[in-house]
Order: sequence, then structure tokens, then C-alpha cells
Amino acid sequence: MSQLALAKLKEAFPREVLATSDYRGDETATIAREHVKAVCRFLRDDPDLQFDLPVDLTCVDYLGEEPRFEVVYHLYSTTKRHRIRLKARVPEDDPALDSVADVWPGFNWSEREAYDMYGVRFVGHPDLRRILLYPEFVGHPLRKDYPKEGRQPLVRREDPPQ
Amino acid sequence: MAKEFFAGKLADVINWGRKFSLFQYPFVTACCAMEYMATMGPRYDLARFGAEIPRFSPRQADFIMIVGTVTERQAPILKRVYEQLAEPKWVVAFGVCASSGGFYQNYAAVPGIDQIIPVDVYIPGCPPRPEQVLDGLIMLQDLVQRGQGLSYERLRREHEKIKALKAARA
Repeated sequence: MSQLALAKLKEAFPREVLATSDYRGDETATIAREHVKAVCRFLRDDPDLQFDLPVDLTCVDYLGEEPRFEVVYHLYSTTKRHRIRLKARVPEDDPALDSVADVWPGFNWSEREAYDMYGVRFVGHPDLRRILLYPEFVGHPLRKDYPKEGRQPLVRREDPPQ
Repeated sequence: MAKEFFAGKLADVINWGRKFSLFQYPFVTACCAMEYMATMGPRYDLARFGAEIPRFSPRQADFIMIVGTVTERQAPILKRVYEQLAEPKWVVAFGVCASSGGFYQNYAAVPGIDQIIPVDVYIPGCPPRPEQVLDGLIMLQDLVQRGQGLSYERLRREHEKIKALKAARA
């Protein structure tokens, strides 16, 4: 079972898959960001793979590296019972890649969270607003260069409070 | 003289009645709620102190218990709920997050609700044990019996302001 997903993926997308690793069955594929959507659709629709459960979508900030951000997708197949992890690097000056919220609606809110916390734009997302923070918030707090205690209070602070 | 004596005694009696029938508004936001439930349950039994009835409208409550972390996004809601409480009102910060922000020293959490609303009783602990909560409630009952509390002080300040305005006008 193991490595089938990676093998099929490499066969179908020889150029789009930039790197793979399968350390102890932990299958990971790094993909060029322009092709994430096509790869995801293939993983969902292929009869041997059937990745139907969007487990997690998140982002990593590798400050100082280029490209700076890495969007990570975790997928699971409830029928075939196998997993795969996809990674796509996104540069700082244009932090954007295609939304997969129409491939798996379950990633809708995950993409909004990644946008909220890291400022990565998901092109084609139906409703890309902040999900956890308030609309008045400036910046993206999980970026490594956001100050640790960069508070943006909504309530005026009085001393003593009235 | 006799009138003042009886008025003072009457206030004592009213405060005595009030301290054993405190209606609470639980502003429950986080994991401290588990200890809050334990305190409400039969083993520790907050009902022994007459504070067993949670009111889910601030207009019917005597004091508000902030149980858990308050985020910057939640802060305006907390302030509004506090303003809706009827006078006299008291505030209990339940747990270390409500008291000081706890270990959440970051962009999201308010470092202590006393930056937003005045707090009468702080209950430390992460989470506090039910005994600590009972101790905090007894401290609150003391305040109520003595007719003290930050809301009284604010009212006094406002009366003085009005008095000063009237004096300036006269």
C-alpha cells in the first residue's frame, strides 16, 4: 500500500512534483505552487487513491529562506486508508496560490485561518476573510517577524478601569 | 441620630440578605469552566453559600464571574455585559487567565480583565481548585456584607462629580 500514492503522483505529474520523501511510510510530496489544484483534484478523483478526507491545511514561516512560506496539506482516504502530505513553497513578495476549497469544502475555513495568521492569499477562495481575528487587526500574527506582544486592543484601556 | 442608627441597621440586614442570595452571571470562556462546574456540583456545592443560581442575563445578576481567558476580540463583549449588570455589582476574576492573562502573553489575550473592567475578587490558580473558588466567594460575601465594592466607589465618584457640577453652577 505504502508509496502507491507517491508512485502514481510522480507518474501523473513528473514535472510538477519537485521532490518526494517517504521516511517510514510518511509520504510527502513537494509541489510547484501553480499546480497544487490540479494535483489535489487528481488525488481526490483517482480511483486507486480516493483522498476524500481533508485532514489539515496549515502554513509554515521559514523566515530568512526563499521562498519564505510553505503551505502544508494533510490528506487521508477513508476507503483506501492511506495518507499523504503535500507541500508547496510560496514566496514572500507574492504569497498566493490556488484555493482548493472547491476540491474539498472542508478546507474552506483552514484556508481562511492560514490567510488570517500568515497572510497567504488563496486565489479563488469563495470568502477569504479573517476567521479568528477581528477585521480591524493589522498584520498577520504567526509570521515570525510579528512582535511577540503586538497587541491591538479593541477596548480603550483606562487606569483604573471605569 | 436614632434615624441614622436604624438606617445603618437596615442596610446591614439588607446586605446580610444579599450576601446569601448572590445571583451570578457566569462569563465562561475557557477550561476553568470545568472547575466552575465542579464547584457548582454536589461535592463542593456553591448552593451552601446561596450563590447556586446562574442567571444568563446580566440584568438579573448581582455579580459576574469571568471564568477563563478573555481575548482582545472578546473584550468589547465583556465590557458591554459588565455595563448591563444592575447596580450594585461585583466582579470576580476566576483563574489566572482572567486575573493576569496567565501564560498567554501574546497578541490574542487580554493581560488581565482588570485592564477593561474593575475587579473586586481575584481567584488565582490554573485552574483554581473548588476550595479556592469557595474562598473567593466568601471574600466576596465579606465585601457585600460591609457594603463595599468597586461599583460603590464608582457611584460615589460620580455623585461627587455631580455635586461639583451643581456647586459650579450655583
